[in-house]
Amino acid sequence: MSILVNKDTKVIVQGFTGKEGSFHAEQCIDYGTNIVGGVTPNKGGQVHLGKPVFNTVAEAVASTGATVSMIFVPPAFVGDAVMEAAEAGIELAVIITEGAPVKDMQAAKAYATKHGMKTIGPNCPGIITAEECKIGIMPGMIFKKGNVGLISKSGTLTYEGANQVCNVGYGITTAVGIGGDPIIGLSYKQILPMFEADPDTECIVMIGEIGGDLEIQAAKLIKEQITKPVVAFIAGQTAPKGKTMGHAGAIVSGSAGTAKEKMEALEAAGVKVVVSPAEIGKAVKEVLSK
Amino acid sequence: MNVHEYQAKQIFAEYGVPTPKGIMAETVDAAVEAAKELGGPIWVVKAQIHAGGRGLGGGVKLAKSLDEVRELADEILGMTLVTHQTGPEGKLVQKLYIEDGADIKDEFYLSVILDRKLEMPLIMASTEGGMNIEDVAEKTPEKIITVPVDPTIGFQGFHGRELAFGLGITDKGEQKNIITFAQKLYKLYMDKDAEMIEINPLVRTGSGEFLALDGKMGFDNSALYRQPEIAAMRDLSEEDPDEVEAAKYGLSYVALDGEIGCMVNGAGLAMGTMDTINHMGGTPANFLDVGGSANAETVSKGFEIILKNPNVKAIFVNIFGGIVRCDRIANGIIEATKITDVNVPVVVRLDGTNAPEAAEILKNAHIANLIVADDLGDGAAKAVAAAKGEI
Repeated sequence: MSILVNKDTKVIVQGFTGKEGSFHAEQCIDYGTNIVGGVTPNKGGQVHLGKPVFNTVAEAVASTGATVSMIFVPPAFVGDAVMEAAEAGIELAVIITEGAPVKDMQAAKAYATKHGMKTIGPNCPGIITAEECKIGIMPGMIFKKGNVGLISKSGTLTYEGANQVCNVGYGITTAVGIGGDPIIGLSYKQILPMFEADPDTECIVMIGEIGGDLEIQAAKLIKEQITKPVVAFIAGQTAPKGKTMGHAGAIVSGSAGTAKEKMEALEAAGVKVVVSPAEIGKAVKEVLSK
Repeated sequence: MNVHEYQAKQIFAEYGVPTPKGIMAETVDAAVEAAKELGGPIWVVKAQIHAGGRGLGGGVKLAKSLDEVRELADEILGMTLVTHQTGPEGKLVQKLYIEDGADIKDEFYLSVILDRKLEMPLIMASTEGGMNIEDVAEKTPEKIITVPVDPTIGFQGFHGRELAFGLGITDKGEQKNIITFAQKLYKLYMDKDAEMIEINPLVRTGSGEFLALDGKMGFDNSALYRQPEIAAMRDLSEEDPDEVEAAKYGLSYVALDGEIGCMVNGAGLAMGTMDTINHMGGTPANFLDVGGSANAETVSKGFEIILKNPNVKAIFVNIFGGIVRCDRIANGIIEATKITDVNVPVVVRLDGTNAPEAAEILKNAHIANLIVADDLGDGAAKAVAAAKGEI
């Protein structure tokens, strides 16, 4: 078991024939992801990486039965691509592209929600169900199959966390990189209950950062609904106020969105909070061997 | 990206958002000319820097004669203004805004921001104008009115009425004025891909008009490609030169006041690395994300920027290679030691894609000062020890 995606998930790629899209789609195919085709306007009818190319998402869905789309289009076209996927009946759009305008994401997310389409990202590494399905840009080899679910705003901290979990002898069910933009799709609040319901997931690692209050919302939900042990790390304890730290959403505005308040809220919800990402593996081992 | 008050007011004027008349000046003579053109009899001489709290810092002053304008312009232009937002080092005033004095009856607060929870723009207003809004939010939250505006319907009459009644504005003419004001402000927020607009204070004049006495605007960097006239307003002299230089090479850099320089891939891991150093008793000198397309050139540039900081006593290179391959970073490190005189110990931790190849490259390069670490914790510990001169 896993959450959201598995070896049977049929995936298309929007921005399939571009440089980034091609490179990562090929890596995903090599990993074993069931990529059934791609979309690039005006290249419909061609074959790319051994898969059919379509002009529109609607055609791709009709022809392949795809339910998930991995989006690699340039930032200016992300809003359009997400709305096209929603309109075509895609169930989950994984948006990898970095630098999409916030206004476009507001509109796209509202439209996706209206059509019942889930989104992950933008500006994220994607989602991976270990040894089954990789939809994104993460290095597949570090995700060994196991019993730990992982949710993270940061790409490289996802890798760091997964690597440590595997190094202490456990593995990953599904890892979701939710992205660090001001407006994102699925967040802790939606994903934590999925891991709670997944019989194979026995422990959840949650990696957050400064800015916004998604981690505070998560703490409230954990207290009320999550019975499985949760290990958390919040990046940016040493970040100065009012400065954007790489991710557009990673900013402490005034006194809100600090690592400290998030860590305290999570601790109060019974979460095992670590002060350094170097301690994630150790903490997972500790809670799982109880 | 932020703009100056005078630029924000240019945008306001374009949208018919009322402001007092004003002219930007870069010299004392130009300031006096501007004052003559405006006519008086009262002017406000305002320092133009990208920071709030200018009035308290002595950067905003009232002049009652042209001589006084000259005097104040001479005083403010070229001064280093220190406010609660500039940090103790302050900011050099290079531009002034000379503005007509306004007939102020009372002061309000008005802003438009993105509400990240609701995922839509939020209009915030208060009768407590001229105060720090965070203090108001903390001490008297009931005095802050929030009106979210769903972009799918845009600014409607009811949004305006919530605002007007919430601020206790009872005169029908004044209600109409504040509603039109907010409507125009919302439109420009959306049209220009603004991240935030803050007017503090928004003043009510004796004749019941509303005027933006101050104007602060920030824009979504990701949307600047389609806002060329906003992008052209960027004032690089207001930004940290090292951050600007780093950005040219795709590096995201923020200077801090510690001793250990950090070079990391990914924003989250970069923050996590700083936190780990701190946890182990050291202090990070900077945040530096080399991004997903790091190569020899960007890495050596990173070293150069880190080493410009005289406080740096050791450097910690922490890379978890996903998209960015470790062998490229290793080559970058070697390249950097050829270009830049790396005179402090460098702790290197490379993990992920092509890590074994990277280890081989570093080993064969025989670089003095290079300390190899096994993992994040080990690397941070070694960097802290190296900065203290213990290894």
